[in-house]
Order: sequence, then structure tokens, then C-alpha cells
Amino acid sequence: MIDLLICYDVATQTEAGRKRLRRVAKVCVAHGQRVQNSVFEVSVSEEQLLTLRQKLLSILDPTEDSIRIYRLRQPRQHFVEAYGLDHYRDFSEPLIL
Amino acid sequence: MRQLLNTLYVQTQGTYLHLDTDNIRVEVEREKKAMLPLHHVNGVVVFGNVLLSPFLIHRLAREHKPVTWLSEHGRFLARTETPVRGSVLLRMAQHDCAGDRERTLAVARYIAAGKLQNQKTALLRAAREAAEADAAPLRQAARDINDQIACLPLGQTVDEVRGIEGTAARSYWQVFPLMLRQHREFFWLSERTRRPARDPINALLNFVYTVLANECASACQTVGLDPQIGFLHALRPGRASLALDLMEELRPIAADRAILTLINRGQITPRDFEQHEGGVVTLREEGRKTVLAHLNERRKEEVTHPLTARKTPLGLVPHVQARLLAQHLRGDRPHYPPYLHR
Repeated sequence: MIDLLICYDVATQTEAGRKRLRRVAKVCVAHGQRVQNSVFEVSVSEEQLLTLRQKLLSILDPTEDSIRIYRLRQPRQHFVEAYGLDHYRDFSEPLIL
Repeated sequence: MRQLLNTLYVQTQGTYLHLDTDNIRVEVEREKKAMLPLHHVNGVVVFGNVLLSPFLIHRLAREHKPVTWLSEHGRFLARTETPVRGSVLLRMAQHDCAGDRERTLAVARYIAAGKLQNQKTALLRAAREAAEADAAPLRQAARDINDQIACLPLGQTVDEVRGIEGTAARSYWQVFPLMLRQHREFFWLSERTRRPARDPINALLNFVYTVLANECASACQTVGLDPQIGFLHALRPGRASLALDLMEELRPIAADRAILTLINRGQITPRDFEQHEGGVVTLREEGRKTVLAHLNERRKEEVTHPLTARKTPLGLVPHVQARLLAQHLRGDRPHYPPYLHR
């Protein structure tokens, strides 16, 4: 699994822009978890990364929006510091609810 | 190789799970508790009153991720059967083997041998760590089991193999409480009672075995074997005999060991149990959580498989074994090699 950080800026002045924002958010939710309003932490396999990138690029309007995908260094707990509200859940930990 | 994914266990009563943009959305009293992307999950196990939306069940079925329904106390009730995968030729070979007395006997012998060997290893390991007074009976039991292993090749029918296994089991369970180092007066074991459990150890064993049997059934299905057609266990309607077969050799190392560790570390204490009328003992919700968390940790622990000589997470051993059995049934392997723990 590859850990990624995805953040985006989508222009929302127009109705089309707001629609793109919702679609980008949806694709990100489908692959990972929202850690801030437009920041996602995603852990995917190589193939899933291909589809994820493909989907994001098909929504993106390259003249108005921007999406950045960063690879997170492993192990996450050594390289990610989070303060304040943090809803992150490690999906490789026991999932007992 | 298959990846070790996580199983979602839901035991909070009144939880509602549904599908939301490729995630499992977990709600308790209409409040969102968690969003879990489906690609992190290889199956869902729910306890008691937990609701799943039909669309979630459909989606899980389509992705071959089984849903298992257990009662609130961990008793097995039902499991989704996903569209059968794998080669039909493999299942034919499995049926042929189950119909052939000689071949069934051979597979049953190897499975029993694996189990006894692992019981012996577990006892000897415990004897090394035990106090002097306990070490002697533990070693003696290990010797007794060793004698039974020597008897296995003489067993002429599957029934005789089961008898040998039963004799070894008596030696094993007799000394089992000697491996405990905490709360010995509370955790006693008179005999193995299945349903209902009459003492805390049996309650723990039943719970852990249910979880493990379920994983073995999943492993069979992933490889394309029919989990109901077993070799050592008798065929009975509704019984996943092959899953129980695969579980035999894993019991001493994956299940019994986990219980001993939890008790010896003091993670499971007398407070985790509930005594009911009629002498029935069950595990409380907190205790179940502790056990599941520990099993999950153990599943990630890497062991070196004696046959493939590769480092394998303990959780994938049932899959490796199912694959080895499939190779034997297809005729690519002269016999079924059980998993021997070191």
C-alpha cells in the first residue's frame, strides 16, 4: 500500500466549479479519509492509484483548479504530526466498533 | 500473493452499516461513527443486533467479501455465500478425493499429525517457561502426544484417526491449565464443553474458535475449495467441515496460544466474564474487544512457513494451507503438508 496526501483547490465561483469540487471530493472519499476540508489521506495499491489519478484528472479543469498528490513517507506516525482536531483512523489497526 | 486486509468487526448493538461512495458508513443512532473505504476491508463480522443495508451486502458479495452474522455472544449464525469462484475442476477433484476412502484417510492423517505436532510444540514451549513443578507434567503430556503421533500411520479408518486425536486431546487439555500463570483459581478447565460454555476458558475457546473457523472458511473460498467438504471432519448439513479441518493444525498456535497470552499478561481477567443461571459463562463486550484486538495483532505477526520458507503473516497461513491442499487435490503434490509451527 502507498500512503498519499491529496489536496486540491477547485474554483467555486461558477456552478460548474462547485460541481467539480463535489465530484473531486467524492472520488477522494471513495479512496481514503478526509483529514481537513480539502485534504485527504489515502492508502492505495499501485493499480488503485492509477484509477484514482485518472478519475481526478478527468474531473479537473486545468485552467482553473489544482490537485496535488504527495507521497507520504512510511511509517506514517514518524513523519506526520497532527495537532488539534484529528479524526484520522489507521485502517490496518484492529477495526472493532 | 493475497494481501492481508483487515476484517471489520462490529459489536456495538444497534449499529447501522451502509454503503456511501465506496465506503462503509458506520452509524450509531443516526450519528456517523466511521467511514471505512471498502478496499481496506476483506470481510465484515457483526455481532447481534447490527443492521447492514442491502446495497452494502450486495456490494460486499460482488467483491467476494463475506459478511458473517454472529449472535451477541459470538455464536455463529450465518455467512454470505458469494458467487463461487475458482476452477470447477478443483472442486471436482475435491469431491473425488472425498469419495475415495484411501485418499480421505491420507489427508485426514496429515491434518491430525499437524495438529498433534503443534500441540506438542506448544506444550514443550510452555514447559520451558513454566515453574519446575508444572514443567514435568507438561513434558509428560508432550511425550504422550508424541506416542499418539506414532500411532497415526496405523489408523486404518478416519474414525480411528479421530480416536487417536481424541486420546491426544485428553492429554493436552488435562495439562492446559498448567500453562496459565494468572488467576489460576478462576481459570480452571474441567473438560472441553462446547455450547454452552460452563467455565471461562471454554467461553474464550469457543469465541476464538468461531473467529478462526470463519477465517478458514474464507480461505477455502478464496482458493476455490468447497468449505463444506472436509476430510477429517464428518460431513453434516450446514457444517463447514473443510474449514474445521484447516483450523485443526492452527488451533494450538493461533487460538490456544492467544488465550494463554491474554490471561498471562493480565489482559483478560475474571472481570471480563459474566456468570448466568444454569452455570453458563459468557464473555463481556469489553473482553471480546480485547480478544479481537489481540487476534488481529497476532495475525500480522510474521512466521516462516516451513514448506515455502517464506515469511508469512500468521493471518495468511490459512490461505497458504488452503492453496497447498488444492495443489494436493489437483495431483500436483503427493500429500497435503500441514503447517508445523516452530
